[in-house]
Amino acid sequence: MARGGFAQWGNDLYTGRRSYPIIQKRGIWFSIVGLFSAASILVILVQGLNLGIDFRGGSEFTVSGVSSTDEDIALDAVGEVAPGEEPHISQVGPDAVRVQVSQLDSEGTDQLQDALAQAYGVETTEVTSNFIGPTWGQSVSMRALWGTVVFVLAAAVFMAVYFRAWRMSVAAIVAMLLDVLVSAGVYALIGWEVTPSTIIGFLTILGFSLYDKMVVFDKVRENSVALTEQTRSTYAERANLAVNQTLVRSINTSVVALLPVAGILFVGGFLLGAGTLKDISLSLFVGIAVGATSSIFLATPLDVALRESEPKIAAHTKKVMDLRAGLVAEGADESMLAAAASGSAQLVPGHHQGHEAQPKRRR
Amino acid sequence: MNPDGAEPASDVPRRAHEKRQTLATDTRRSRPVRTIVLLTILTILLPFGALLAGWQLDGKSSDNPDGASLAPGLALDLQGGTQIILQAVTSDGSEVTPEAMQEAIGVIRQRVDANGVTEAEIASQGSNQIVVEIPGVVDDETIALISKAAQMKFRPVLTVGNPIPTVQPSASPSAPGDDAEGKGDESAQGDQSRAELEKKAAEEAKDVDPTDPSDLAQITPAVQQLFDQLDCTDPKNLQGGGGDHPDRVLVTCDQTGVAKYILGPVEVDGTDLTTATSGLVPGANGTVSNEWGVTLDFDSEGATKFRETTERLTPLEPPRNQFAIVLDGLIVSAPSSNAAITNGQAVISGSFTRDSAATLANQLSFGSLPLTFDVNGQNQISATLGSEQLQRGLFAGLIGLALVVVYSLFQYRSLGLLTVMSLVVAGAMTYVVIALLSWGMGYRLSLPGIAGLIVAIGFTADSFIVYFERVRDELRDGRSLRLAVQRGWQRARRTIYAAKAVNLLSAVILYFMTVGGVRGFAFTLGLTTIIDVMVVIWFTHPVMELLAKVPFFRDGHKASGLSPDRLDVEPRYRGAGKFAGSKPVASDAPGADTPDRERELVSAQSVAPAPRAAEDGRRMTIAERRAAERKAAAEAAQNEEKH
Repeated sequence: MARGGFAQWGNDLYTGRRSYPIIQKRGIWFSIVGLFSAASILVILVQGLNLGIDFRGGSEFTVSGVSSTDEDIALDAVGEVAPGEEPHISQVGPDAVRVQVSQLDSEGTDQLQDALAQAYGVETTEVTSNFIGPTWGQSVSMRALWGTVVFVLAAAVFMAVYFRAWRMSVAAIVAMLLDVLVSAGVYALIGWEVTPSTIIGFLTILGFSLYDKMVVFDKVRENSVALTEQTRSTYAERANLAVNQTLVRSINTSVVALLPVAGILFVGGFLLGAGTLKDISLSLFVGIAVGATSSIFLATPLDVALRESEPKIAAHTKKVMDLRAGLVAEGADESMLAAAASGSAQLVPGHHQGHEAQPKRRR
Repeated sequence: MNPDGAEPASDVPRRAHEKRQTLATDTRRSRPVRTIVLLTILTILLPFGALLAGWQLDGKSSDNPDGASLAPGLALDLQGGTQIILQAVTSDGSEVTPEAMQEAIGVIRQRVDANGVTEAEIASQGSNQIVVEIPGVVDDETIALISKAAQMKFRPVLTVGNPIPTVQPSASPSAPGDDAEGKGDESAQGDQSRAELEKKAAEEAKDVDPTDPSDLAQITPAVQQLFDQLDCTDPKNLQGGGGDHPDRVLVTCDQTGVAKYILGPVEVDGTDLTTATSGLVPGANGTVSNEWGVTLDFDSEGATKFRETTERLTPLEPPRNQFAIVLDGLIVSAPSSNAAITNGQAVISGSFTRDSAATLANQLSFGSLPLTFDVNGQNQISATLGSEQLQRGLFAGLIGLALVVVYSLFQYRSLGLLTVMSLVVAGAMTYVVIALLSWGMGYRLSLPGIAGLIVAIGFTADSFIVYFERVRDELRDGRSLRLAVQRGWQRARRTIYAAKAVNLLSAVILYFMTVGGVRGFAFTLGLTTIIDVMVVIWFTHPVMELLAKVPFFRDGHKASGLSPDRLDVEPRYRGAGKFAGSKPVASDAPGADTPDRERELVSAQSVAPAPRAAEDGRRMTIAERRAAERKAAAEAAQNEEKH
């Protein structure tokens, strides 16, 4: 193990010399996922998603080029012009402040624009004003939602056809939906605003999650191609081997996918402040991490749990187990059993050792 | 049945299958160099050449906003500007048809263009929203002008004239579509005389008591002066705009600017029109002529008013026997009345072609809708904030790319360089495609688009990771690099295709079903997915095939990322007691190491494994293993007997 480090670990996972019983311990993962999902639902219900101005509707002012980003200045300015308003004030970048209030008429907008410019000591042209009708974000999101529903259905059909197993497709879709649920829960917990950019982020999570599950499931498919033609290992064991073999890829992929997102998160979150980049990157960061993990710990175990009830596979599992029980009763080669159970189904034939190794007459 | 016995049966069909695959690729000789050269020429050099040519011949400038540019066009959130979202609302709650939306966009484009705004983007969004994006700051008047309701009116023609002004105005003429009231015209500057004239005309109109809407007494001196000054060849005067006073005369231009008119007060409202259809005009005896025309159907109120109008107009002398259909302050059509229309069904015929008849029918249908626009959102992005976002976004992308490079070099050693090269190739292709699309289709790169591109780095790199891991898997099975690349590719290819198909599916569906930023994002996702697959097939794999011939990689140098040492490859047997690779057999796996790893087997059932390695650390031969098994069995039997 010491030799080669990560690479050696990958080798051991591939040959099955080292194997984590991910499928076998699925009860644990299912309860963890159940816990997280319940917590996410609870958080979303109790705390609610912090809907951005695109969903609430209202007026938004951005003051750029300010020398001080003190929020109280804006608070006072809003209080003067529009008493009774509860402005949302956030910093955008190092020298800009964003003020959001409920929708003002054009007169009020001009007044507040002047007031903010005066309060921060900048030109009026440095204060931009926007207003967004309350239906804008909703109409965009509704379309996005319908698009998503159609996409998920189409993807489910595609996977069912590709793997020739509808249970696999169901497992992937359920796991993906739970990914999005957990990501939404984390988002609600942190309490950042939900903007149309967040919606885009969640759509990417959906895509990535499904993509990652496709890759892992394809390995499961590859390992279980001639499943019923052998009696060494069950579907669950083959799937477990697949998960173990693809572990290195999953880690590499999630790291590679997360690094650029971490870059955006860092730049967007710390250097730019509120904005599209921050909104997208946080949801993406959480979503990609959750999506990659769930491909291993949720989707595949779920697939095994579902497919073990498939008559063909159930019969095969029973056959393998009966044979194995018979072998154990006969006291046969136990190393073989252990290897089969761990998924190390790879048989290593002996090498030709040269003429020296040929049988010799005993002296 | 013994599990050992069952094993060959399971493997035979698979092996046969693999053999077939290998044969299949062997028959089609792969020519990696040719593939790479073709890819470079077809997907990078040719498009880039086209882009350069476009840049030279059709360069982007202020006169030619649609021209090619080496820098892709930026969306509003990156270059700064104003975005106005208009929601089309019908006052009677009727459905807004797509055709009506197209007409509405046409009307708004006319207004924006005539207002001197270049590079405005006007697009429909969803079923009833129109997004107008204008670079730079837009004042409230322009917004009011743009969002004004487009109304259609039927007015009698009082007089017609040539489009050129007969009298030079003291100041530049302003937009028409403004009657005596002249609202919404303040945007055109230097208009004192015109505004004054309009005021004067309004005052004079109070003194005139027309007998009917066609009464020429309505042309007061002020109106006449307005008419004389109007220049319909000036595009400024063709911008249209609602707000004309229905009870007063209107001085305005034909839509195409070929004539100018003085029109009487409104006689029939556009909303009284129920349908307008184009078709062949029915002849005298119910036959169908081969002349194209537009059929108008009025509702009962409209029919009554239209009958009165036509009854009055028909006996008058030209041009007073004409009635003008005014859409958005401009005259769409001014047919003359040949007969009194009593049944509320009129046919406009003349020198129509099939297309021009359809266009007029569409315009009339649109005008018949009681359509108004609500400003549903107005978004101003300062240019400084936009460029700041762009810089930071690109910075974020560079950081992300650098991190990916470092990680892949760490993971795959010099093979990681192939990842980096592939990413660079994919990046170049993406750049060229986006620059070309922004020239040809007016694609604009937005912030969500850039975020999509940054995220795509991860997706794209994953195809290389899947590929490399499969190659490594094959190497671990003890294949030579050349064969490992061939077989690893076959297996990786299938996974990559399937997974990318799901990505492409999501991109296509989201693109066609969603609007706004989501759409831009879906576009980048789909684009990068396609480019990714192209790069992995036509660049990464051929390069890998070439690398498999380079001794550095073939012999598994330590820094190649494919060293047998790192991959724990069993030395390949070459026959005659010789093994591939430089290392002697004995040093393959240190004896102490192997049993150690054997014990690390984390398994549901913990069973002590039988030794698989001989004392010298070499893997046992089958015969030796069998012997060890027999020995163990014999010992076990002896133990049994002892008990």
